[in-house]
Amino acid sequence: MSNRTTTVRAGRRARPVRRRPLWQRLGPLPWLAPAVLLILAVVVWPAAEMVRTSLRRIDTSGTDHGPAGLVKYHKLFDDPRLPAVLTWTAVWTVVVVGLTMLVSLAMAQLFNQDFPGRKVTRWALIAPWAASVLMTAIGFRWMLDQVSGVLNRLLLDLGLIDHARAFTGDAGHAKPWLVFVAVFVSLPFTTYTLLAGLQTVPAEVYEAANVDGASRWQTYRKVTLPLLRPAFLVALVVNLINVFNSFPVIWGMTQGGPNADTATTTVFMYMLRGYDVAESAAMSVVNFAVVIVMVLLFLKVSRWNEEEN
Amino acid sequence: MATARRFPARTVLLTATAWALAALFLLPYLEMVVTAGRPADQLRDDAYLPTHFDWSSFTEVWTDTTLGQNLQVTLLVAAGSTVLVLLVALPAAYYTARVRFRGRKAFLLLVLVTQMFQPTALQLGLYREFYTLGLLDTVWVLVFANAAFNLAFAIWILSAYIGSIPVELEEAARIDGTGRIGALFRVTLPLALPGVVTAVIFTFIAAWNEFVMGLTLTTSPDRQPLTVGINNMIGAYSVQWNYVFAASIVAIVPVVVLFAVIERHVVSGLTAGSVK
Repeated sequence: MSNRTTTVRAGRRARPVRRRPLWQRLGPLPWLAPAVLLILAVVVWPAAEMVRTSLRRIDTSGTDHGPAGLVKYHKLFDDPRLPAVLTWTAVWTVVVVGLTMLVSLAMAQLFNQDFPGRKVTRWALIAPWAASVLMTAIGFRWMLDQVSGVLNRLLLDLGLIDHARAFTGDAGHAKPWLVFVAVFVSLPFTTYTLLAGLQTVPAEVYEAANVDGASRWQTYRKVTLPLLRPAFLVALVVNLINVFNSFPVIWGMTQGGPNADTATTTVFMYMLRGYDVAESAAMSVVNFAVVIVMVLLFLKVSRWNEEEN
Repeated sequence: MATARRFPARTVLLTATAWALAALFLLPYLEMVVTAGRPADQLRDDAYLPTHFDWSSFTEVWTDTTLGQNLQVTLLVAAGSTVLVLLVALPAAYYTARVRFRGRKAFLLLVLVTQMFQPTALQLGLYREFYTLGLLDTVWVLVFANAAFNLAFAIWILSAYIGSIPVELEEAARIDGTGRIGALFRVTLPLALPGVVTAVIFTFIAAWNEFVMGLTLTTSPDRQPLTVGINNMIGAYSVQWNYVFAASIVAIVPVVVLFAVIERHVVSGLTAGSVK
């Protein structure tokens, strides 16, 4: 293995101070190639294929009828449903992520306190985290059922509504519930991440604030929040990416309907695929551009810039 | 001081809030159990609880739906992609943890970016790629796709664990006459076992729960994974909700139990890219 040219070259470039001469002689290639190949085949290729498909004429059976230029992009941007889909996607992402972060801050603070049953109650959060999001969404769809949904029953009994509603039947009623469920499934990860962040705050800092006579709220705002910033930012961007891409919540509850009234871009591109693959690809490319912006944002807020000097 | 008087009241309030929240988070799953246990003629009742429970849905759902086949597909996909992830991630994690080489940062960046590119965003490209390759509607396509999108988590967590094991231990074993691979398997891997277990369980759960790629890349009802099978049940003309939730419970319980095992390590794996 060591007489391969690639191996020898990489070995010479490695930093000389490390105390592992044997490993330095091994090139990275045999170790990393399987991972790189898998990523190329299943992540990079589809991304390229998506762009290519958006520039072709492809019928519903999948047959390619040659180049289409930007025709499919024009078709997409002329689609009367698109403005509403884009607006809803933006509102959806901002509202779900915003609420998730706010509620998680409070929940992390709560579960960081000492009280009877802290461990048990924390464990309850695992269910929505571990269970498939699709199934949680289907569970809520059933609980919101107009005839036999337990939430309809509960809201009636509490006098909050005067008759059973078809909560997932129209966009106006469905959207708040979609947001609720998306926040519900995002809270466990976010709360746990912030909890991990809270645990890195040294106790002396709180003691110092206490000695200086700071109130509880002052301590939280001036001491806890700034120290929580790294964990908060990472959770924020991970949530942005997850919520923007979220498919199962909407699919499980309304399938993007009625029409495309509750569809975000990811749901809309799945709906489009049924009758125009290339237009769906154009939607995917637009969607993917937003994802790339978010990834760049992540790299900025994470410590990637500082790693190598 | 006032705090002395206020403290117990505050604790009571905290405890009550926390327990109420915990109940809220479990409620949807408890309602699934209740629904699965409703007798068929009480499914459309709006009473909170049925007059009696009938658990026959848990046996009938296996014969009346494709649940058995769907579960088999999911098991194959989850196990297959977990094995593939380990085979691919272990060498990469080991090498990046032990050696500072040119391109190390570029490689880690590539891995991090794949964690951000989710299958949902790439579904159309995946569909077109595997259509071209003639692999749609097979277990293989789901094994490869699930492995690729969970690779990042496995590499992060394994790399962190291996990096925390002193290299001297391996060197000592090599001086004692063990080969390099032997040292890796007899010294490093056993010490990195918590990391390996976390990576294995996390990948298994993620592949088990995966929905979008199953929906996009498979079409035959008996070749689709569990999540898609359950989704198909609610697409039917008249939905048998007791079957839907009996199947959901079969799908949820194993992963919640597995997740509880690795809960402590998951946050670090999911956010590792940012601090590495």
